[in-house]
Amino acid sequence: MSWLLILLPLLGSFVIIVSPGRLAKQLALVTSLVVLGVSVAAAFVFDGWGRGTWELTSSVEWVKEWGLVLQVGADSVSLILVLLTTFLMPLAILGSFNAIKSRTKEYYGWLLGLQAAMTGVFLAQDLVLFYVCFEFTLVPMFFIIAIWGSKNRAHASVKFLIYTFTGSLITLAGFLTLAWSYAQANGGDWSFEISALTNHAVSALSLHEQAWLLLALLIGFGVKVPLFPVHTWLPLAHTEAPTAGSVVLAGVLLKLGTYGLYRFVLPMCPEAVVEWAPFVAILSIIGILYAALICWVQTDVKKLIAYSSVSHLGFCVLGLFALNPMGVEGSILYMINHGLSTGALFFLIGMMYERYHTRDMGELGGLARTMPIWATFMVFFVLASVGLPGLNGFVSEFLCLIATFTAGGSGAYPGVLGPWYAAIAALGMVLAAMYLLIMVGKVVFGPTKATLRHDEQSGLPVDLTVREITVLVPLAVGCIVLGIQPDLIIDNTATAVADTLAVYQDIFEESMPGAAAFVDTSLPGGAR
Amino acid sequence: MIDKLWFLIPELILFAGVVVVAILGLVHSNRLRGWVPWTTGLFIVAAGISVPLVYTAEAMETSGLLVPGLAAPAGMIACIVALGLLLLSIGRVDQRYELAIAQGRAVFDPIRATGGEFHVFFLLSLAGLLLVSIANDLIWLFLALELASLPTYVMVAMSRGSIRAQEAAMKYFFLGAMSAAMFLYGFALLYGATGTLVLTEIQASFADQIARGELGILAIVGMLLALLGIGFKLAAVPMHLYAADVYEGASVHVTAFLGFVPKAAGVIAFMILLSTLGWADGAGLPAPILIMLWVVSVLTMTLGNIAALLQKSVKRMLACSSIAHSGYLLIGIIAGPGAGFNAAMLYLLIYGLGNTTSFAVLSSLQRGGVELESVEDLAGLRHKHPWSATAMAISAGSLLGFPPLLGFWGKLALFIAGIASGRLVLVLIAAINSAISAWYYLRLVGLPLMADRNERSEAVESIHAPWPRLVGLVLAGMLVVLPVILGLLYWMTDVSR
Repeated sequence: MSWLLILLPLLGSFVIIVSPGRLAKQLALVTSLVVLGVSVAAAFVFDGWGRGTWELTSSVEWVKEWGLVLQVGADSVSLILVLLTTFLMPLAILGSFNAIKSRTKEYYGWLLGLQAAMTGVFLAQDLVLFYVCFEFTLVPMFFIIAIWGSKNRAHASVKFLIYTFTGSLITLAGFLTLAWSYAQANGGDWSFEISALTNHAVSALSLHEQAWLLLALLIGFGVKVPLFPVHTWLPLAHTEAPTAGSVVLAGVLLKLGTYGLYRFVLPMCPEAVVEWAPFVAILSIIGILYAALICWVQTDVKKLIAYSSVSHLGFCVLGLFALNPMGVEGSILYMINHGLSTGALFFLIGMMYERYHTRDMGELGGLARTMPIWATFMVFFVLASVGLPGLNGFVSEFLCLIATFTAGGSGAYPGVLGPWYAAIAALGMVLAAMYLLIMVGKVVFGPTKATLRHDEQSGLPVDLTVREITVLVPLAVGCIVLGIQPDLIIDNTATAVADTLAVYQDIFEESMPGAAAFVDTSLPGGAR
Repeated sequence: MIDKLWFLIPELILFAGVVVVAILGLVHSNRLRGWVPWTTGLFIVAAGISVPLVYTAEAMETSGLLVPGLAAPAGMIACIVALGLLLLSIGRVDQRYELAIAQGRAVFDPIRATGGEFHVFFLLSLAGLLLVSIANDLIWLFLALELASLPTYVMVAMSRGSIRAQEAAMKYFFLGAMSAAMFLYGFALLYGATGTLVLTEIQASFADQIARGELGILAIVGMLLALLGIGFKLAAVPMHLYAADVYEGASVHVTAFLGFVPKAAGVIAFMILLSTLGWADGAGLPAPILIMLWVVSVLTMTLGNIAALLQKSVKRMLACSSIAHSGYLLIGIIAGPGAGFNAAMLYLLIYGLGNTTSFAVLSSLQRGGVELESVEDLAGLRHKHPWSATAMAISAGSLLGFPPLLGFWGKLALFIAGIASGRLVLVLIAAINSAISAWYYLRLVGLPLMADRNERSEAVESIHAPWPRLVGLVLAGMLVVLPVILGLLYWMTDVSR
């Protein structure tokens, strides 16, 4: 079933390439819906909810001499991210129906190819398959930005590709060194199996070696997340990409970075992580604040949302490096939430842009009067993104911050961060509320600008069409459901997260004699 | 005697081909002359098939060669890539003259025609490459290397009527002669250091010297000179200076040839020479030689990539990129016998296929009757030639080493071998170099597939013969599909078997 999730979109992509162009979008939509169906079925068949086990596994032997075995499988965390991918993809395709008018075959072909690669990243059980999929996500995105992007697309696409390619090459070198160390310890038998390598890294690498591995992995995944100071490709790529490109980029591609941190960095080099977590945390806090300040002075709405992604993903990384179950679960929840709300914001901006051909806040205004439905959705998703209690963003942001706050010393949640980190990062929440609400105030409310003309040529009515509402409603439902019932994700991933963090418990117990065992994985005081 | 001849069957097939093709190229009948490339191909295929049959594991065991495993992989790689190189030249050799004859505007004149000669030199050079892989003494190695190179000087000179081709040939020839003198001098010193020319005996003598202390200065200097001289074939820094000019001056089908056959001969000669140092026993290389190889590898890939960034001419760009690939190949050599040599051979095949693909696409296009010059000529290629544009993009992606294309697996093999031999820094430098190369390879992806057409590229059309285009497409397909049977490729290029 795992293979099916990877190969079906690929197959769909081939079918689209060979079929006549006018059928492309329908075929793409059908394929992505079928894949969604398969993934939902997989979620029902899946036995690992609330357990840390790997299910739906399968492997194909490939090159024996190098120990290359292609293995796939899912634990609860990867399956949730797969579901996010398969959920966003039909929406992204449906959302492009009107926007993409040239070279449609290639466009939908690349989108589905991208889906296959992203699913492959989440399902890969061996490093080589993981790396191939991780890298291959760049290709479709490169073409999507470079062909269907806006004015500055050539520059944006090349910068995007080079940044990420360079980062991941360093990561590859790190992976290969680890695999070599494994081969040495096992009499020359190579293996790229993630679990085997993780065990080897934890047990056999010295602190010094782990630190180098950490650096190599951090470079690759840090670019993808993106962490300050290697975030500069993101605003450009986001701004220039077509709407669906931005949605997938923000929704899933950035999560490949945080997923990499969760799947490789945390389990593979725990001692080094404990040593360096404050450093990573400081980088993410700089990212949170710096990007938020940039958002504040931004006039381009799309760029504002792009920078807000940098800021938001900082919380996500902070949660991971709090190194306790609450933070990591909050972080996983954050990945999903950010995918939903930021994805929706990019959709909304795309829809507005198709009508007015401007993203400049100075030219926009009073859209609530002309486009009430659009405005309602806009306000809703901005509130979700800001972290209004009751909507999804709140829970995850809160969890990440609380986890960071308590992750100092040897209390119930031992760790190496502490109140100061949380306090400064929390400023980011305040800034987020400011810049997003200022944006809403300028664009949605305020006086209608006389110069603002609805483009008749676009073939779109003044307010949203049924198709566009169909794109937004599932996202809105997702935001509400996860706002009220975050347990859906937290409970189901709790054991997997606890297993990943077990190694930290040992480290903390050793280094901080007073440290209690990680209590349980629920919030203090039953806050949820 | 019979034993030895049996051993030379693949080369003898190629030499037989030389004779047949030389005669066939001078025949008056247009139809028969049209058979020249196909006859050449037939002999290459025959030689390729004979390689695994003749160089079997049992036969190699008793061959007394220093690196017995080299012959079979080298022969197969050479014949496979050569077939591609041959097909991309169809319709290119003597293009205008043959067309004029076909249209009755000219009569066939053996003095003016070069078709037969091109194919003769093609086969001779290929035979030289095969002979390098079964060299058992220094004289043989020298002659084989020269047999691989000398025909290429002529091929450059006669590849097109322009003065630039002749200038390129002169430059190539003089520098080539200098390099030959250099490695011959190195060979002489090696002889002085060991008192023998036979490679296995040299190895024994070196082992003896090492056991008694360390390698004599004569041996080390000889080896350094020999390696530097052979570095010319690889276009390795500092012997790379000719590459860009010669590649640009030669016609595109000859440039494609230059990018593979001499390079392969150089890589194989490196492996054979370095094996005399008794490396297989785990002793490692003497420090001066290791340092030189390391420095040459780093400089070659870095300078090659940086130079490629600056190029406007597409052939110069590919020339510089092929310099960079020599640098990558040296990682495999430095990593040593076993995984390292295997990786270098696998990379040679994969690089050969990728490089041939991009040249096949170039070879299939022309602008106003002459081949493409500037990279900008490729802009918007997809409008008229969507498949060629795609093939170009795929080959660039493969040369860049982008997964899941074939090039990635070659680089992966090199990186694994490099790391396994403890050369992590070298691998990191290569990784950064790959990232640098992304800048210019992306132009080969972006311009054909995304850019709009400009004035120059409006006039680009495909040449009359369909074969270059076809071979480009087939090879591009292979770059995509072959990773599925990576295990088979790995087995095929396994030197240690």
